Amino acid sequence: MSQSFNPADIQKAILEQQKIEDRKKMMLNGVLVLLLVAAPFVMYPVFLMKILCFALFAVAFNLLFGFTGLLSFGHAAFLATGGYTTGYLLSNFSGLTTEMGILAGTALATLLGLAFALLSIRRQGIYFAMVTLALAQLVFFFFVQSEFTGGEDGMHGIPRGHLFGLINLENNLNMYYFVLAVFLGCYLLVQRIVSSPYGQVLKSIKQNEPRAISLGYNVNRYKVLAFVISAALAGLAGSMKSVVFQLASLNDAHWHMSGEVILMTLVGGMGTLLGPVVGATFVVNVEYQLSQGALRDWVDPILGGIFILTVLAFRSGIVGEIQKFVKKNLG
Amino acid sequence: MSEQYVLETRNLVKEFKGFVAVDDVNLKVQKGHIHALIGPNGAGKTTVFNLLTKFLIPTRGQILFNGQDITAMKSAAIARKGVVRSFQISAVFPHMTALENIRVALQSFEGSSFSFWKSGLSLNKLNERCMELLDSVGLAEYANTTTVELAYGRKRALELATTLAMEPQLLLLDEPTQGMGAEDVDRVVELVRKAAQGRTVLMVEHNLSVVSKLCDRITVLAQGAVLTEGDYETVSADPRVREVYMGSSETGERGSQNPENKAEAAQ
Repeated sequence: MSQSFNPADIQKAILEQQKIEDRKKMMLNGVLVLLLVAAPFVMYPVFLMKILCFALFAVAFNLLFGFTGLLSFGHAAFLATGGYTTGYLLSNFSGLTTEMGILAGTALATLLGLAFALLSIRRQGIYFAMVTLALAQLVFFFFVQSEFTGGEDGMHGIPRGHLFGLINLENNLNMYYFVLAVFLGCYLLVQRIVSSPYGQVLKSIKQNEPRAISLGYNVNRYKVLAFVISAALAGLAGSMKSVVFQLASLNDAHWHMSGEVILMTLVGGMGTLLGPVVGATFVVNVEYQLSQGALRDWVDPILGGIFILTVLAFRSGIVGEIQKFVKKNLG
Repeated sequence: MSEQYVLETRNLVKEFKGFVAVDDVNLKVQKGHIHALIGPNGAGKTTVFNLLTKFLIPTRGQILFNGQDITAMKSAAIARKGVVRSFQISAVFPHMTALENIRVALQSFEGSSFSFWKSGLSLNKLNERCMELLDSVGLAEYANTTTVELAYGRKRALELATTLAMEPQLLLLDEPTQGMGAEDVDRVVELVRKAAQGRTVLMVEHNLSVVSKLCDRITVLAQGAVLTEGDYETVSADPRVREVYMGSSETGERGSQNPENKAEAAQ
């Protein structure tokens, strides 16, 4: 132990490590971008877009669940609000360009998120989940009863239109790269948020809330902001989805959808950046593959089984378990 | 005259559904003192702490900080005013490094704590101060260690350093030596002594040898009410104090300290 512990040296070492980790992060981002840019040449773009929309939804959810420690059971409300708003506007106002419709859908979901947050944020744990569920059910019934949503039939034939009035989104490849750009933008935003000064505070609140309070943090305000950002991104995912499929349906508002996003996040790895993306890819693929074959009627039980297995045996999820493995064996 | 008291409570009461946990407590903590709050289990010491920092809402009574009524303020606001507490169970952020633990406290005054768009690298300017604080509690070499991996005594030291990062005027320590071996206890005594320079400390403590070494003034609580107050000699000579300690049928760690207390008191 002849090593000396000069504070200045340690500080330097920490900065070095930060640089190395940043480089790793950049490389991983690079690989992700390359894969996704190349993907439509080997896979059907519409299927990929479905994955990306759900991945964005799960990334949004994970910001709240994985990084803030708040389990919302009402995120379907934001997905559906985004989807219906965008669908309604693009169907009824032909003067609107696609991105305007999407922005409006996202904005409305953001406002709804703020309302949800203000009503629920004082509750803890299961009570918080229940309040968000109850509010989401209210939103569901509103959409069921409203005429503009088409009720049980859903909203069909939403025009994809032109991006900025210029790029024809009826073309699947154009549409795909637009979705990809939005997805990557949001993914990088969440990455930034998590490592930002604000992200540090979120981390501290998640790990020890009373301590964060005793350090002078008004924790509810930080939670509300996280909730609103999460709702906004979930709404954006819904808006994109309705444009991609030219369809907005009650499925998106149903509590099933709130459950599914929890499943995606847990299976992929909550509290990791890539986890929800991997989880969404996994779940969408499993659903698709099963629905093609003889097990068509068994989709829900099988997903349920996967959920139970994850919670019992692989609590860190796919990405979390890989990270653990790498850490144990390579570092 | 209230200026000489950093903290004052007036007729502080906390009731839980018919049970009076804190009963009409008038506490006066003098500036610059290390003031101990002692008493048997269930005497209401931690409840008093929770009331002072508003983790619990008082049923009745007033809390004054530097003569100013802070009874209606929220926990976070009280912390910002300079009344910072530690917890009975070591309160750290387990999955952050030691340095990050301290940095979160410093960030509280940075004004960038809502900046979700800023790079995390902008926090590096706080690292130097973090290292100073870590060094002051002997943890510099663990700066980059994830806190969950630190030994218990080091976690408590880290907690103290984090609390000091808030530059509190009044430090509330809830059993800083709880669950520690003799060696760690001595270290913590030294740390508290150092931390108390230029500040006021109010601490709940069971270890009476720690109390005798550190504290200028002692308040004894029993069944939620103040039994007596004074310096160590006065308090330890008081037969009522010995009675509440010995009379309670407690076992375990504290039980073993009581005879020692009695012996010291008898001298």
